[in-house]
Amino acid sequence: MMNAFGVLSAVVRRDLLVALRRKSEVLTSLFFFVIVASLFPLGIGSEMDLLRKIAPGVLWVAALLAAMLSLNRLFANDYADGTLEQMALSPVPLGLLVTGKILAHWFVAGLPLVLIAPMLGLQYDLSPRALMVLVISLLLGTPLLSLIGAIGAALTLGVRGGGVLVSLLTLPLYIPALIFGAGAVEADISGLGAAGHLSLLAALLTLAVFFAPWATTAALKIALE
Amino acid sequence: MLTATDLACVRGDRRLFSGLGFALAPGAWIYLTGENGSGKTSLLRILVGLSPAEAGEIRWGGVPIARLGDEYRRAVTYLGHHNALKEELTARENLCTGAALAGVKLDAARADALLAEVGLAGREELPARFLSQGQKRRVSLARLLWSESPLWILDEPFVALDAAAVAWLASTLAAHLAGGGMAILTSHQEVLIPGSTMQTLRLAA
Repeated sequence: MMNAFGVLSAVVRRDLLVALRRKSEVLTSLFFFVIVASLFPLGIGSEMDLLRKIAPGVLWVAALLAAMLSLNRLFANDYADGTLEQMALSPVPLGLLVTGKILAHWFVAGLPLVLIAPMLGLQYDLSPRALMVLVISLLLGTPLLSLIGAIGAALTLGVRGGGVLVSLLTLPLYIPALIFGAGAVEADISGLGAAGHLSLLAALLTLAVFFAPWATTAALKIALE
Repeated sequence: MLTATDLACVRGDRRLFSGLGFALAPGAWIYLTGENGSGKTSLLRILVGLSPAEAGEIRWGGVPIARLGDEYRRAVTYLGHHNALKEELTARENLCTGAALAGVKLDAARADALLAEVGLAGREELPARFLSQGQKRRVSLARLLWSESPLWILDEPFVALDAAAVAWLASTLAAHLAGGGMAILTSHQEVLIPGSTMQTLRLAA
């Protein structure tokens, strides 16, 4: 028997390997983020004050939508080819396997957004300090998006038109992450300090780490019945 | 020892079966037959614990399976209609990750040996999407070779297999039963497992 960590890393490795061989799906959400975030400066023009003001909100909304793009594939493929069934029947707790899948989803759909965000932030004339806060807020926020999104993806599994439904279901749940994430960057720009917002974001993440896999597991078991 | 008493299953507003019961002892197997839509797959999914039964109880070693949890899941290997293979992964990777998901460590050398046993030597590096239907089924069935579960529940395991693979599966089942294992399987073709105790369970449509 393998220990819990061994199983977790095996699930992450498997999902990353699958994603690596299906590159188009991975690149879609990244390109979406880059394009949406670049459209605003192009549309608005070079009014630096305005761009600086809207930057946190726009970048965060773009990240939110990009992370959501890949959500309906999180469990749908495993559901269709029968591997989800085998996961549910495995002696390993399903919650552990689900945690691995969420982690892999973050590596594929969340982490690239965090890494490219400072480059996009430059278009909005953000200061280096504000860029750093943006990266930290996304680093805390994107795992939260994957965790909450997993619940939505599991609830809409096997439902016809689940792709639209998952957006309607998860976007309202993303609101706290958006408020505190964008708020952190705004607070830093206006000189108030981002610590408060970031702590709240970290608290939300901690809460989600404990509850989201559990809720996702429960939803998956219902979907498999 | 698997016992089922008074099982019932309802799909939509149709009662597929009710009052169904059996006892399966080590070394014996159940041949589950019935027309299309008579509830064979539904029964198997209830037996492995994927779906709840409308009524009735399933016990493993005298204890209800719901109470056993992962202990029962360790005792059962289930192969459904789907092969549970990832198209992007190679045959070897599929076998290794499939085992890892069940908490079993399978290294590449052992996986290759198992693939050779199911007649896929030389195909280890081929992504599953390039395999034929029968070859995919063989990769899927290779899971039986590393499984240490006493109870095998197989839904149409012979589908897409050629004559050689059918004979291989029958002999694998015979060895499993001779070692005190149990099996429940559905099939639309005649199944012969030499030297075994067979019970036939027929579901009426």
